[in-house]
Amino acid sequence: MTTIEIAGIKRRKFKDTMFKYIVYGLTFTCLAVVLIILFYIFQKGIPCLNWSLFSQMPKPVGESGGGVLNAMVGSLMVVSIAALIAIPLGIAVGIFLAEKRGKPAADRVSIAVDVLQGVPSIVVGMVVYVWVVKPLGIFSALSGSIALAIMMLPPVIKNTEETLVLIPNTLKEAALALGASDLKSTMKILLPTGIGGIFSGCMLGIARVAGEVAPLLFTAFGNPYLSFNILKPVNSLPMVIFNYGSSPYEDWHRIAWGGSVILVGFVIILNVIVKFFESRWKVQF
Amino acid sequence: MSNSKIIKNKIFLKSINGSAIFVMILLAGFFITLLVSSFPAIKANGLSFLWGKTWDPVNDNYGMLPFLIGTLITSFLALLISAPFSIAAALFLGEYFPKGIIPNIFRNVIELLAAIPSVVYGFWGLFTVAPLVRALEIKLHVPAAGLGIFSASIVLSIMLIPYSVSLIRQVISMTPIQLKEAAYALGCTRTEVIMKVILPANISGISAGFLLSLGRALGETMAVTVLIGNSPKLPTSIFSPSNTMASLIANEFNEAVGSVYSASLVEIGLLLFVVTTIINLLGRVVIRRYTVKA
Repeated sequence: MTTIEIAGIKRRKFKDTMFKYIVYGLTFTCLAVVLIILFYIFQKGIPCLNWSLFSQMPKPVGESGGGVLNAMVGSLMVVSIAALIAIPLGIAVGIFLAEKRGKPAADRVSIAVDVLQGVPSIVVGMVVYVWVVKPLGIFSALSGSIALAIMMLPPVIKNTEETLVLIPNTLKEAALALGASDLKSTMKILLPTGIGGIFSGCMLGIARVAGEVAPLLFTAFGNPYLSFNILKPVNSLPMVIFNYGSSPYEDWHRIAWGGSVILVGFVIILNVIVKFFESRWKVQF
Repeated sequence: MSNSKIIKNKIFLKSINGSAIFVMILLAGFFITLLVSSFPAIKANGLSFLWGKTWDPVNDNYGMLPFLIGTLITSFLALLISAPFSIAAALFLGEYFPKGIIPNIFRNVIELLAAIPSVVYGFWGLFTVAPLVRALEIKLHVPAAGLGIFSASIVLSIMLIPYSVSLIRQVISMTPIQLKEAAYALGCTRTEVIMKVILPANISGISAGFLLSLGRALGETMAVTVLIGNSPKLPTSIFSPSNTMASLIANEFNEAVGSVYSASLVEIGLLLFVVTTIINLLGRVVIRRYTVKA
């Protein structure tokens, strides 16, 4: 009897150990995949980084060299205008959600934000095409910015809400008791207190859209020339990676790898900044 | 308070409310816009659009079955490939090592996967995954293109991992400690606690995590567009080139001439929007219950 029981325990312990190692193994595989991907991108891309990539315009097939100046300018333009639209709007909605927390109105808006976050980026591009590009009759940087702004909203809203909710009511009540208006108590007390979380939300929003192509396909469209006009089509870095990466030309691949490194580096830096701010400027009471 | 202050304050409150209403209108506007713009196609194609096997813009003959199948196979295959990895990593970070510096680093590294843009995944896959899949296809004696559903699914599965890991980890770490302690007190090993208590107790939350990942997979566009091989034919195996609903739109919407052609693409967009909305609503309802408990 006892021997059977001991054998059973041994088997269970063996199974336990096996299971543990399987879990460890699969987790380490995930980590390895991340590192392999990043290593591959940087290994391919870093040799392609040089000054001409940043300073020159694209060149036709066959001519070596050339750069992505117009695409970087375009990306910068489209993403900054998107941020200008999405950040104030997103913070306002975040304030609304934090103030009305628990009420049915806030619930409904909150669900809408969740759904908005799940809308496929290509569908966003399509809808903005119908809203902006069709009436204006031309692809434009502005329409691209609007599409990206819609995609930026959810992270900005959620981070603002989650940060503001952590701030105790007593703080706002103290301001109100001193005779401050809602406007003043929000601007001078709530937002400065929660600035770390709100800033993280904005950075995450920018990181989310900086690499997007799908919403830009039918809006900003792409442009082989340098353009500063927000009512004209512009190129963008992710678009260059898409167009040049799927082409059969070696020279163009090099530019796409260089572009990938710039883009991935930028997004990773944004993420590191967010982590830094989350740990430093955390709302704690 | 002076008069102008009161007015300013009112404007502030109104604009806060207005911005919230704007988000609702935005979402409703999405649905209405897609519905109205796809109306010519709904009228011209009828219901057979859903199960029509041919997509032939030249003869104005539109059926979306190949893309529906392509989307479903790609997404479910990706989910299937990523599931063991996601659950393992979620257990590792949520149960084996919930706290500490090293697991924190691990979590951040896995979250880096979410930071890489979709199009870079596609480009990377084109150079690494596609040749490997081609070699596999040669071994299996199937037409070796390298580009097809299988390549797209592999890359998609990597893209899903950070998302499902963070959702499932959250769910697992919320397991009531009493449940686990009761099982340990009965002499269970950790594996038994995981298999018989933690996973069954959180089955709804874990399913919701996968459901939300599925929603993301359905709408994923650029990486899939680069890797799936873009064929309007009904896929015959997991290696055949195909098209998903999202990649079809990405490829053809700009070139769509004729009102029925572009409206048919918008109709596909409408279906994508409706399906992802339903999936997100369902998933959120379940996940929300976990966050409210906390």
